[in-house]
Amino acid sequence: MIAAFISVLFDGVAYGSLLFVISVGMSVTMGLMNFVNLAHGAFAMFGGYLAVWLMTHWGVPFVATLPAVTLVFGGVGAVLEWLLYRRVSRTRHLDQVLFTIGLAFIATALATRGWGPSQVGIRLPAVLTGQVHALGLDLGVYRLFLIGIVIAITLVLHLLVGHTRFGAQLRAAVDNRDAAAGLGIPVDHVFSVSFALGSGLAALGGALGIDVLGLDPNFAFKYMVYFLLVVVVGGEGSILGSAVAAVALGVFDVVGKYYIPGVGAFLIYALMVVLLLVFPGGLFRRRR
Amino acid sequence: MTDAERSPPAPGTATPPVPGVAAVVRPPPVLPDGRWRVPDSVLVLVPVAWFFAFPDHLLLGSQVIITGLFALSVDLILGYAGIVSLGHAAFFGLGAYTAGLLAAHGWGEPLTGLACAGLIAAVVGYATSFLVVRGKDLSQLMITLGVGLLFYEAANKAASVTGGVDGLSDVTMWRLGGVLRFDLAGRTAFWYSFALALAAFLVVKRLVDSPFGLSLRAIREGARRMPALGAPVSRRLIAVFTVSAGLAGIAGGLLAQTTQFVGLEALGFQRSASVLIMLALGGPGRLYGAFVGTALFMVMQDQLARWDPAYWEFWIGVVLVVVVLFARDGVMGGVEALRDRLAGRSGRPR
Repeated sequence: MIAAFISVLFDGVAYGSLLFVISVGMSVTMGLMNFVNLAHGAFAMFGGYLAVWLMTHWGVPFVATLPAVTLVFGGVGAVLEWLLYRRVSRTRHLDQVLFTIGLAFIATALATRGWGPSQVGIRLPAVLTGQVHALGLDLGVYRLFLIGIVIAITLVLHLLVGHTRFGAQLRAAVDNRDAAAGLGIPVDHVFSVSFALGSGLAALGGALGIDVLGLDPNFAFKYMVYFLLVVVVGGEGSILGSAVAAVALGVFDVVGKYYIPGVGAFLIYALMVVLLLVFPGGLFRRRR
Repeated sequence: MTDAERSPPAPGTATPPVPGVAAVVRPPPVLPDGRWRVPDSVLVLVPVAWFFAFPDHLLLGSQVIITGLFALSVDLILGYAGIVSLGHAAFFGLGAYTAGLLAAHGWGEPLTGLACAGLIAAVVGYATSFLVVRGKDLSQLMITLGVGLLFYEAANKAASVTGGVDGLSDVTMWRLGGVLRFDLAGRTAFWYSFALALAAFLVVKRLVDSPFGLSLRAIREGARRMPALGAPVSRRLIAVFTVSAGLAGIAGGLLAQTTQFVGLEALGFQRSASVLIMLALGGPGRLYGAFVGTALFMVMQDQLARWDPAYWEFWIGVVLVVVVLFARDGVMGGVEALRDRLAGRSGRPR
């Protein structure tokens, strides 16, 4: 009974870690530019598709697709930011919402054309499948692998944001963009870099999540609420907040679906409205 | 972004000027007088012309009118009060289910059913508005999205009442006024929708040109400054949100009554998103934009789906991106600019 509960909890943590990797870039760009990007999930979706394509057409091993996907979509993110996003990042929220919904529509249609409307799956390498038996619990190897990768990413992000020059600029710009710009911090450049980084991480999350989140052309819309929820509950621009919110959301969702399946997504939406009312600025919003 | 951070907007511009781009300098706007002019009459009579020109496409006509009415309700909060809602379909669906359930359970009288639909949507809108008004822009967006999704899930789970994914199909309407039967060709449905939409339009037009409507625009431009003028921002927003929810409920009720069916997609996110697209196409904050944009969107969707069924979403997306990049004020904004140019005045207001 308790062992079963811990397994479910473990699944929730793994699921939440994925949500974190995908959403963290969105949180930073939202905190930085107050920019609402509803198409963020499209990066994750195409990350997943690219990984599938590399594996089936080129025989690239799964683990090797991960850095490739991250790099490619980091680049794609940078190009898109330069070409498109830059033009709307300072406009009204309505324009941003419409613009990014438009991009999400385009992404959905392209994915349908490229890979068909149904779910796409992959065969994970044998090393990553199966279960380990430890402390009287059966834990999925892939879930462990996921959590390990996400912890590593979180540490790297923490070092990057907390202990580098770029991180200091980023924090300053999130706290007060105008004052940061006044001090000579190239805010637009910081935005471009973090947008590219966030896109790459989202794609990585999409590739890692093929087996957990599933992959179909509706991915961007299906998980949009979850990504937004992570950002808003965690507090825009807060990496720690996003991590906590993502894991809590993952656990809540998986536990809820497992123990009270009749309620379904209802629980998450209700939680979302309540959390937004109790913490309008998010759990970990940086003081302004 | 706080008001203080925003660079002071040039008079009459809705968006803060982008640094490096010269702000469009417009003369100060004149107060709207709400007077009825010739173009108003012409535009309002377009559906009448449709009735005689395309007697075989009355269903499409009433669909456009009903969806346009829904877009009008969103225009009221978005175009005038500046609230971006991602979940307004909640009220549309609520109205649709109210009218649908009433008719399915033995009360098929159209007008009272519609009144109930509007009333219930308005009451729920009133209750929701407190949550919406509390937050600033982003959490506003999220709360409306969350409320919309909650209603969708609730209707999905309460399948014994709503019919769930199969929809509510045993909606039987009585004769309108005891005389006019809802016919298969949709003639009654068309005139019924048109009359109600026209009435709602007149009310909304009066509302936005009233001092109340002006205070909404002022809140949109700078909510922080309004208390200094003695305007109760939250109360105004609650009022307009309630009215808007009621209108959305009436639109939903109309759809349920004229199609005699309510599907789960009446509450769906797609509906909340597409209504924003329609407004953007038509031009928000202009009333007519709601109907022009809806007509454009539905015709476009219809044509694209016929031309390339699997791919129409792609083109809708492209149109949306292009509109945001190059034509932020939609068709009606373009018409206004054109009229000003033809009149030989650069941007002089009416």
